[in-house]
Amino acid sequence: MTTSGAANSAVSSSYDAHFRVWRGDAEGGGLDDYTVEVNEGEVVLDIIHRLQATQTPDLAVRWNCKAGKCGSCSAEINGHPRLLCMTRMSVFSREDTITVTPLRAFPVVRDLVTDVSFNYTKAREIPSFVPPADLGPGEYRMQQEDVGRSQEFRKCIECFLCQDTCHVVRDHEENKEAFAGPRYLMRIAELDMHPLDAAEEQGLDRKTSAQEEHGLGYCNITKCCTEVCPEGIKITDNALIPLKERAVDRKYDPLVWLGNKIRRRE
Amino acid sequence: MATTTQPTEPDSSDSSNSPDSPGSHPAPGGVRSAGRASIAEAHLRVDRWWLAPTATALGLLAFIVYATWRAFANTDYYQAPYVSPFYSPCLAQNCEPMKGGPNWEIFGSWWGLSPALLILILPLGFRLTCYYYRKAYYRGFWASPPACAVAEPHKKYTGETRFPLIMQNIHRYFFYAGVLVAVILSYDTLLGFRNADYEWGHMGLGTLVFLVNIVLIWLYTLSCHSCRHIVGGKLKHFSKHPVRYRLWGMVGKLTGRHMLLAWVSLVSVSLADLYVYLLATGAFDDPQFF
Amino acid sequence: MTQVERQHWDVVIVGAGGAGLRAAIEARAQGLRTAVICKSLFGKAHTVMAEGGIAASMGNANESDNWQVHFRDTMRGGKFLNQWRMAELHAKEAPDRVWELETWGALFDRTKDGRISQRNFGGHEYPRLAHVGDRTGLELIRTLQQQIVSLQQQDFREHGDYEARLKVFQECTVTRVLKDEEGGQVTGTFCYQRESGRFFVLEAPAVVLATGGIGKSFKVTSNSWEYTGDGHALALLAGASLINMEFVQFHPTGMVWPPSVKGILVTESVRGDGGVLTNSDGRRFMFDYVPEVFKDKYAESEKEADGWYEDPEHNRRPPELLPRDEVARAINSEVKAGRGSPHGGVFLDVSTRMPAEVIKRRLPSMHHQFKELADVDITAQPMEVGPTCHYVMGGIEVDPDTAEAVGVPGLFAAGEVSGGMHGSNRLGGNSLSDLLVFGRRAGLYAARHAAARGAADRPPVTEAQIDSAAIEALYPFTPEEVPGGGNAENPYSVHQELQQSMNDLVGIIRREEEMEEALERLAQLRVRARRAGVEGHRQFNPGWHLAIDLRNMLLVSECVARAALARTESRGGHTRDDYPGMDREWRRSNLVCTLADQTDAKDAKSGQIELSRRDMPPIRPDLLALFERGELTKYLTDEELTTE
Repeated sequence: MTTSGAANSAVSSSYDAHFRVWRGDAEGGGLDDYTVEVNEGEVVLDIIHRLQATQTPDLAVRWNCKAGKCGSCSAEINGHPRLLCMTRMSVFSREDTITVTPLRAFPVVRDLVTDVSFNYTKAREIPSFVPPADLGPGEYRMQQEDVGRSQEFRKCIECFLCQDTCHVVRDHEENKEAFAGPRYLMRIAELDMHPLDAAEEQGLDRKTSAQEEHGLGYCNITKCCTEVCPEGIKITDNALIPLKERAVDRKYDPLVWLGNKIRRRE
Repeated sequence: MATTTQPTEPDSSDSSNSPDSPGSHPAPGGVRSAGRASIAEAHLRVDRWWLAPTATALGLLAFIVYATWRAFANTDYYQAPYVSPFYSPCLAQNCEPMKGGPNWEIFGSWWGLSPALLILILPLGFRLTCYYYRKAYYRGFWASPPACAVAEPHKKYTGETRFPLIMQNIHRYFFYAGVLVAVILSYDTLLGFRNADYEWGHMGLGTLVFLVNIVLIWLYTLSCHSCRHIVGGKLKHFSKHPVRYRLWGMVGKLTGRHMLLAWVSLVSVSLADLYVYLLATGAFDDPQFF
Repeated sequence: MTQVERQHWDVVIVGAGGAGLRAAIEARAQGLRTAVICKSLFGKAHTVMAEGGIAASMGNANESDNWQVHFRDTMRGGKFLNQWRMAELHAKEAPDRVWELETWGALFDRTKDGRISQRNFGGHEYPRLAHVGDRTGLELIRTLQQQIVSLQQQDFREHGDYEARLKVFQECTVTRVLKDEEGGQVTGTFCYQRESGRFFVLEAPAVVLATGGIGKSFKVTSNSWEYTGDGHALALLAGASLINMEFVQFHPTGMVWPPSVKGILVTESVRGDGGVLTNSDGRRFMFDYVPEVFKDKYAESEKEADGWYEDPEHNRRPPELLPRDEVARAINSEVKAGRGSPHGGVFLDVSTRMPAEVIKRRLPSMHHQFKELADVDITAQPMEVGPTCHYVMGGIEVDPDTAEAVGVPGLFAAGEVSGGMHGSNRLGGNSLSDLLVFGRRAGLYAARHAAARGAADRPPVTEAQIDSAAIEALYPFTPEEVPGGGNAENPYSVHQELQQSMNDLVGIIRREEEMEEALERLAQLRVRARRAGVEGHRQFNPGWHLAIDLRNMLLVSECVARAALARTESRGGHTRDDYPGMDREWRRSNLVCTLADQTDAKDAKSGQIELSRRDMPPIRPDLLALFERGELTKYLTDEELTTE
């Protein structure tokens, strides 16, 4: 793939592509066909913009940075949850019909724009970072190896592709209430691994609450969140499974249980 | 064996849906819930998304068939100095005698079935609750989901929140057991440096097969996510435990290849068993190197 | 009469980037009910694009660093045109602002002893930028966003409502800041919800503008669609003034290929961490472009430059780390001289300077960006880069201590939309610290301003104001007719021509005739913008949104062009081909833009903007004393130096 882009462009720089774009709103809608020009080096978002500028000025799409850093232009391309700005046209052949739809796990607003408020609701349900009581600003000391794990999770650009692809809520609307989704379970993992988070001192056990209040058990680790993450965060291996293991520490491990008993007696 | 712990949810009849029929009956909710973009298709993927779950299902099925046959067969599992990994350790009186081998009659004489059934619980439990195999059979057998962004055929989904699947949380016990079994299989491999007359200092093709197998078994066992958690993942401050931090890093590298190791070790353990079977049935003699 | 929903708040903050969110946290911490309104989703602000770091003289990497050194660097970078009091406050308060982020959960990269790691950047004497890989802006936004959520959780515990005292109106646009017609006091904002097109009014005695910059008026830019100069225009329309609008920073390193990503930023950290610029002859050309004022601070040989990374005590810094304006001009000259790369840029190479593993660890998003967007593996190949419109130094004229806009009581501004702090050129890393320092100040003083006004002192927004704002916003649905009865203008085409004009005629190198032509074209575009019509309805209609934003872009573009035409010297982000030298007389002058009384859309001469030249207050002697006299003579007039 790495050389095909350059190779294609050498042949001829511009061609007409066949697009199917979902147009409509909550009342209904469907896939409309368009033929639109494609130039060398372009991404799907460029094509959507060309549609706006030349054929459909009111085509609604969310976007911002166009560099894969803000996570606004999430949609589904040929059924794959993707960022429009990070999907290069060179991955398709010129004959392909490219189907672009809004995210299918959330209510649609219009065209490619969906109502992602589910995610903001969930974000509010996760208890925030608890600063240690005895440290003032400027007194924090943390080692790089201790912050590395949480830093990986903080690469998240909140594109919500993982939330969209996760079958727990995508295929089961009724689970939305109980399940925080991969992005916010990862947020719990991030805070639980934060070297200075003082939640436990405040009586908040993030490990247990992940399972009891945020639906960690719904995750059946089928790894779609990791597959779609545009930042390449190993959500399942590094956040969800470790969080499950931490919940096991609290609730299911006999040796830990025994160890705690003995220590308490001492 | 694997099928016994398959999820037993109300509409299990749906599980017979081959995952490769595009758009296998999606539930009326899901992507077609009110308010979501109205799109008739259950998914719009045009790639061969069904390939991976199908291959996974067939691979696992093949192993299940083979392992079930071999485990119940109760024969042809020992040919000095090799014992099939399916029958080690052998814990009942009805075991074939293995000199120096791991046949300990813990279960005594009342056990009349194949002694493999006693011990296979442990490695099978380890693999059944393994985070990789869970993904594999949830996707391959249970289509939950069949592939990413492909609608699953189930009306309800509770994941691992309740019985029986909440039992997946006991993976860690099985990891401990898995280590135990790996130790015993290592011992078996060591015994493989004898010849058919139990004289030490010999090596045959079988020894090599066992060596490869035990290395892969260990790699798979150590790459377990529970192992990664125990050696270091559970710590809040790596900087205070430099040794465990390094171990965690090394295990982490293996964990990244957990899927690969899961498959190659599954194949290698079957091949080791098959090798013993072929020797025991006299298909050929173990070529001796020295 | 237009029926719209009215809501009452104490402080309304327009913009949810670093400055806006920091202001919101402060206003809410002061106990006031605070509303934040932003064009995008919460957490998507353009701040996430900032890569390099936050400049703050914490002295973690080099103990010699302190606020005085930071102040000096900032003034030098801005060629002494900075509002010196702002530069002073900024240098003094930046460390506190960074440390406080840690108490909200930020995770910066660490030094060996566990403190915040600091990296080198252009124009900074010591390693000074607190950073997280090359995604510092994302960390900043996420931390502030999460702190806001944390405050909302607190409110939920106390009031049972997350939004009792702090609410974010996401995907909404402000089209007017409204004022009391008698007292001139701010009364609120007129807004529309992008999703539904529904109008609403937020009434508040204090409004903080934190809307960022104007880059979308230029064709090649690192800025997102949001950067349409909204705050600049809102302030102008509310009677405030803009200063320094001629100073537009062209970041030296934007991507140049493929065309669709042209302009996307390549972080300065690439050079800070060892990347070098070469031309098609393979020459490190920056050695040829060290200007006189910086001669003694930069290395003369490659050997010395390379030695600096390891031993900054005994070597001078590489010229790749000159302030951005110098590097951008140098690249421009190289390309013009025919020594450019195949796609019209120059080469920026880290692949020969660091092992692949180090590159991936220190510049992960650059590695990712080039791999995904350009098929270039930066661990093996050089990047192609060229200048891209990045930042506007000019902005709303504010009181340096309170961030209140001059002449409009109750209007505050912070971040890129405010002017003065960075003088004629901003140093890398000073933007994020600016957001935090002045975001907090704007929030604090806006809160005090609001707290001092009881219900009786808060004049209401009048129906007439709402009506006229609604008519203005709906204009694109019934545009002025095209003479001869042709089709309505397409707002996208008007926008593209505006971008092309600004890029070509008021770009990185400027000439008198070109700028005059730009003003002519802007006048034509203003007429065409009135005829720009949109199809469809008000629900999430991007064509309509753009048509509304055109008003703002045309206003700020005219400010840039007029001020640039008037300043007959070259300084920082303003380079005149016809006046290549820096003029000490111009050093103490700001060019001030206000809205003209009589606006004639068709006339290029009078236009919509009135421009005046005004002297700045003299730099306080104790601050001046931080510099050596020999250096000052390069910038200040003899008269200024003798009155010292």
